[in-house]
Amino acid sequence: MSKGILYDATLCIDCKLCERACAEHHGLPYDDPIAAEEVQSAHKLTVVMAQGDKYMRRLCMNCQDPTCASVCPVGALRKTVEGPVTYDSSRCIGCRYCMLACPFSVPKYEWNKPLPLVRKCDMCADRVAQGLPTACAAACPTGATKFGDRDALLAEAQDRIAKSPDQYVRHIYGRNEVGGTSVLLLSSVPFERFGYKTDLGSQSLPLLTYRVLSHIPNLVAVGSVLLGGIWWITGRRADVAAAEGRPGKGRATGGEK
Amino acid sequence: MTRFKFTFWKGVLAVILLAGAYATVLRFARGLGASTHLSNAFPWGLWIGFDVMCGVMLAAGGFTLTATVYIFHLEEFKPIVRPTVLTAFLGYVLVVVALLYDLGRGYRIWHPLVMWNPRSVMFEVAWCVTLYTTVLALEFAAVIFEQLRLEKLLRIQHAIAVPLVIAGVLLSTLHQSSLGSLYLIVPDKLHPFWYSPLLPVLFFVSAVCVGLAMTIFESCMSSRHFGKQLELPLLVRLGRALLVAVLVYSVLRFEDLFQRGAYRLFALRSYETDLLLLELIMGLVIPIVLLLIPKVRQSAGGLYLSSVLVLLGFVTNRLNVTITGMEGSAGVRYFPKWTEIAITASIVGVAFAIFALAVKYLPIFSAAELRPAQPEPEAAELLHARS
Repeated sequence: MSKGILYDATLCIDCKLCERACAEHHGLPYDDPIAAEEVQSAHKLTVVMAQGDKYMRRLCMNCQDPTCASVCPVGALRKTVEGPVTYDSSRCIGCRYCMLACPFSVPKYEWNKPLPLVRKCDMCADRVAQGLPTACAAACPTGATKFGDRDALLAEAQDRIAKSPDQYVRHIYGRNEVGGTSVLLLSSVPFERFGYKTDLGSQSLPLLTYRVLSHIPNLVAVGSVLLGGIWWITGRRADVAAAEGRPGKGRATGGEK
Repeated sequence: MTRFKFTFWKGVLAVILLAGAYATVLRFARGLGASTHLSNAFPWGLWIGFDVMCGVMLAAGGFTLTATVYIFHLEEFKPIVRPTVLTAFLGYVLVVVALLYDLGRGYRIWHPLVMWNPRSVMFEVAWCVTLYTTVLALEFAAVIFEQLRLEKLLRIQHAIAVPLVIAGVLLSTLHQSSLGSLYLIVPDKLHPFWYSPLLPVLFFVSAVCVGLAMTIFESCMSSRHFGKQLELPLLVRLGRALLVAVLVYSVLRFEDLFQRGAYRLFALRSYETDLLLLELIMGLVIPIVLLLIPKVRQSAGGLYLSSVLVLLGFVTNRLNVTITGMEGSAGVRYFPKWTEIAITASIVGVAFAIFALAVKYLPIFSAAELRPAQPEPEAAELLHARS
């Protein structure tokens, strides 16, 4: 059901057609200087990085349980059932918490605009909703970027590693990282070489904050009773002291007299 | 003498505001890229780290003191409630002003109130800060009603005072701790000196420390600049509470550093180690030593020094969490651009100016206080005898 992208770096030829297709689909400019940029930015949502004859793509991983969607205070970022993590720019207040929180540091900002927005790859949610593959997968001439059902792609990735174990590092990046991602990566060189963190763990990050947030209703209920109780007891103590003629301060229920 | 001083500070404020005005134009005409050193690698800087994180923390005196007076019925502290509530209210209003600079689309600042995402810590903070600022405004409204002799409104305000205070304490507990929870989501990005599952607890306890320190600091400043009688016996008691609060925080903090094994990183002398030591020594170790000495604890000067150190220490802590601790994983060094500093300084300057004006024109320091207070030494002796 849930869709995904499998990128196999061993099949990539660095033609950058995925970059061009992505820019076209998202209405972004694309020319030679931009093609030469090797970092993601607000105007370049995916990049092909090269180190000698080894290549690696970078795009939004479209996490299964996305950190960005959990931290966004206005729900601008959402995980769709088809897989893509979408961004509703009409909600965004520009707080950049998604940028801070994303374990892959994917969301980028329009720093030079007076009214900036966040930009990130949305796995071509509009195309995917119509049953089409993402623009990058459709443009890929070698099949290095492949679109399909995530489960099927995962099985295929395992298969490829099993068939040619010396050609790949034994790691499907995105299978378990932070609870799994819709984008899966295969590589012949360690992922760290291209700046991918391999120590992210398999727990989804939103749990870390949810665990704390879920205590709030209890805290409010117990807290109000506790504070009210203290107010009552300490107030009564002062009243009793006053009635017994001991030097007490009497009860005060509010403002100054 | 006073007059010259006043003019001097007015001059300083004018220069700061001028720089701030230029920075404001730059910020809104050319965007955050032109007016800050923020980048894709480092999206949160001084405005979040200082203006918001420290701003909210420094305004914690409001809930600490209203709880002391209205919930715990320690009425002797009443004379200093008003200036503290005023500072808290100003603090929160200015935090919102800072947010308008920092948010890419400040005109949508109200969005979290209607576009919900209850899984987001930021959503919760937005709601709490909105509600708490309202609570502070209502608490402070008494002063305005009194000035304008609006008896009926004043009576209504009195009637809801206690529920208001309880709501204020709860809301403060929630968002002071949640500012720490914001960083629970970045276990792989925040340096182990500062990332801890205890972040919300540490942020809350430190807010209480800072609330007490800020109240002492403010009383000392007010007595110096507004000719207000110093409430030394009250400050001495606040000083004792501060000592206990800082001790509690220290136990939590050091135990946490030890249990997570972060202390091992001390061996590697690094930029982070230096700034952690600065935070721990300045904000915890020295104030604890100072406050443990009875002579220091019972003198205005000693209390002033200790509270300033606590404030600086915890400001360093917030900046360490938001900036120092995030630089390593970002792979960049961040130092604010001068325009960022100009806007922060302007906001702080405006806060001081409004406070001074409010003290001048509103009954902030209640009439009782302006009468010559009982001779200080006597009160101090009495207190000494009791403790």
